[in-house]
Amino acid sequence: MKEISYIEAISEALMEEMERDKNVFILGEDVGVYGGAFRVTEGFYEKFGEWRVLDTPLSESGFTGAAIGAALMGMRPVVEMQFADFISCAFDQIVNVAAKNYYRWGGATPIVIRAPFGGNVHGGSFHSQCPEAWFFHCPGLKIVAPSMPYDAKGLLKAAIRDDNPVIYLEHKYLYRRIKENIPEDDFIVPIGKADIKREGRDITIITYGAMVHTALEAAKLLEEKGIDMEVLDLRTLLPLDKEAIFSSVKKTNKAMILHEATKTGGIGAEVASIISEEMFDYLDGPIIRITAPDTPVPYSPPMEEFYIPKVSDVIKAAEKLAAY
Amino acid sequence: MAEISKDVMTDIYYWLKLTRTIEDRVTILYRQGKIQGGAWTSHGMEAISVGYAFALDKDDIICPYFRDMGAFLVRGVTPKRIFAQYLGRKTGVTGGKEGNVHVGDLSLGIIGFPSHLTDNYPVATGVALSFKMRGEKRVVAACTGDGGTSRGDFHEAMNFASVRKLPVVFFCNNNQYAYSTPLRFQMAIKDVSQRAIAYGIPGETIDGNDILSVYSAAKRAYQRARDGEGPSFIECKTMRMHGHSEFDAAKYVPKELLEEWKKKDPVINYEKYLTEKKIVTSEKLAEIDKRIKSEIEEAVEFAEKSPYPEGKDALEGVYKV
Ligand SMILES: Cc1ncc(C[n+]2csc(CCOP(=O)(O)OP(=O)(O)O)c2C)c(N)n1
Ligand SMILES: [Mg+2]
Repeated sequence: MKEISYIEAISEALMEEMERDKNVFILGEDVGVYGGAFRVTEGFYEKFGEWRVLDTPLSESGFTGAAIGAALMGMRPVVEMQFADFISCAFDQIVNVAAKNYYRWGGATPIVIRAPFGGNVHGGSFHSQCPEAWFFHCPGLKIVAPSMPYDAKGLLKAAIRDDNPVIYLEHKYLYRRIKENIPEDDFIVPIGKADIKREGRDITIITYGAMVHTALEAAKLLEEKGIDMEVLDLRTLLPLDKEAIFSSVKKTNKAMILHEATKTGGIGAEVASIISEEMFDYLDGPIIRITAPDTPVPYSPPMEEFYIPKVSDVIKAAEKLAAY
Repeated sequence: MAEISKDVMTDIYYWLKLTRTIEDRVTILYRQGKIQGGAWTSHGMEAISVGYAFALDKDDIICPYFRDMGAFLVRGVTPKRIFAQYLGRKTGVTGGKEGNVHVGDLSLGIIGFPSHLTDNYPVATGVALSFKMRGEKRVVAACTGDGGTSRGDFHEAMNFASVRKLPVVFFCNNNQYAYSTPLRFQMAIKDVSQRAIAYGIPGETIDGNDILSVYSAAKRAYQRARDGEGPSFIECKTMRMHGHSEFDAAKYVPKELLEEWKKKDPVINYEKYLTEKKIVTSEKLAEIDKRIKSEIEEAVEFAEKSPYPEGKDALEGVYKV
C-alpha cells in the first residue's frame, strides 16, 4: 500500500495504461510540453514523446472527432478537456458520433474523455460547471465521477479498457486535497458499480464526486445526533447501479440525493424516479434532493459559498427526513 | 489615411497607459491574494484592444475577448467598476457573478465575453446582420486569440459574414501562444490572416504593438464595413509578455523571444514616439501619468471598501422578468 493524492491517482492510471498498451495515447490542449493545465500529464511528453502526448490546436470538436476516428482504427485515445466546461464545444461529436456509432452500425468507439469539473475554486460560470446531466440523457455513453484516489485510479483504468465512450469526470477541488492508501499492483474499479463509503441504518444519502466528502462529514456530525446515515457513492452515473441503490434503500427506508450540479433535470431527479417507481413500498418518507440552485455558478466567494451544497444543508435535510 | 490629430494621439496615450497601469495593479492584487481564481492580463498587447476600440464610433458594438482590457476602458467601463469586478464586489460590472473582464454592458456597446473562445465571432455576425437589415451605418468589432482561430465557430462566423457582406471587423490578437501551445502546433500557415482568404474576406497582418497602425487599420476596415463592402479580418502580431494567467510562470517561452519583444513594448515605444517627434511634451505625459495614478488609487480604494454581494444574491437574474 502507498498513500497518493487524487490527482496522482489519475496520473498513475494514465501512465500505467500507456505502459501496458501502446495504443493508448493522450490528446488535448497543453497536455504535452506543459503537462496539462492541472499538471496531470506532467513528464508524459518526455517519456512517451510527441506522438503519444499530443498538444492539439484549440479545437475541442476537432480533437474529439479525431479521437473517435483513431478509436475506430483500434487506438485507445484519452482526450483531455482543459476544463469540463469546454466539453460543450465537442458536444456533437460526443452525443451523436461517439455515443451512437456502435448502435447504428457496429462501430465500437473506445474513447475516454477526461474532464476536470466542479466548483469551489472561484472559477466563475465557465470554469466550475458540472456537465454530467447534459450527457446523462444520452444512451451509448458511460459517465464516471470518482470521489477517492482508489476509485479515480481504478475507474480510469477501467474506462481506458472499456470498448465504449466514457466521460471521466474528475473533480478539480479534490485534486490535491484528498489522499488515500491504495494497493501498488494493477487493479480496476468496475464501471457500473456504486460503493458504500459509510454504512448506516437510518438514512441513505446517494451522491458522487466532491459531494461524497460533504456527505461523509455530515454523517459524522449526524452520528452525534443519533442519526446513522449510509453514504452511497455512485462512482458511475451512467449506467446507474440500481441494485446498490435499491439494496441500501431497502435497508434504511429513507433516501436523499446530494449533488453539486443544479437541481432541475439532474442526476438526482433520475435516482429519485427509479426509487419511487421500484421501491415505493419500502419508503418511509419523501425522497429529498440537496443540490445547487438552478443558476449558473457565481464567482464571488459569498455567492459561491451559498451556491454549493454544504454539510449544514445535508444535516438539515437528514433531520427532516429522520423525523418521518 | 487622414492625419491623426495631436489631441487624438494624446487621448490614445491616456488609454494605453491606463490599461497598462491598471493591469500592473491587477498583477499586484493577484499576488497579494486579493483576486480569487485566476487573473489574465494583456501585458504587451494593450495597443490592440485600445486601438480597435478607440477607432469605433459611439453607437458601434464590440465583442471583446478576455485580453481586451483596453477596449472595456475605452468603451467606458470605469476603473472603479473594473477593480470591484476583479475583487468580486457588488459594485463590480457583474455584481460578483463573474470575475476578471468576463463581462459585458450593452449600455456601453459591449457584448459579454464567454470563456469559450471565439463563441462571440458568430454573435458578432448577428449584431452586424441586424445593422444591415435595419440599414444602420453601425459596425461591430470582434476579437479573439490566435488559438481561438482554430475553433469551428471562428470559421462559421467568417464564412457567414462574407456570404452576407456583413459590417463586422474581426480582429485576432496573435501573441504567439495559446496558453503553452506555440503557433506551430496551432496552425500550419505563416500568418493568421491567411485564414481569411478561404472566406473571401480581405485579411491583413499588422504590427499589433504599434497603436497607430492598429488604429489606422481598424478605421479603414470600419469605413469599408460602413460603406457596405463587407467584413475584414485584421491579424495583430504581438507577444504575451506575462504568463497565460498570473499563476503561470511560462517557462515554456524562450527567454530570447521575450527579450526581443521587450524592445517592442507598445506603451514605452508610443511614449517615445510622441516625445521624440515632439507631438506631446514629456511634461504633458507626466501629467497624464499622474492623473492615471490617482484615478487608480481611488478606484482600488473604492473597490476594497465596496461590500461583497450576499450569498443569496446568487439566485437573482437567471431570467429577465
Ligand atoms: C473553447 C475553449 N477551450 C479551452 C479554453 C481554455 N483556454 C483559455 S485561454 C486558452 C488559450 C487561448 O489562446 P489564444 O486564443 O491564443 O488567446 P491568448 O490567451 O493567447 O490571448 C485556453 C486553451 C477556452 N477558454 N475555450
Ligand atoms: Mg494567443
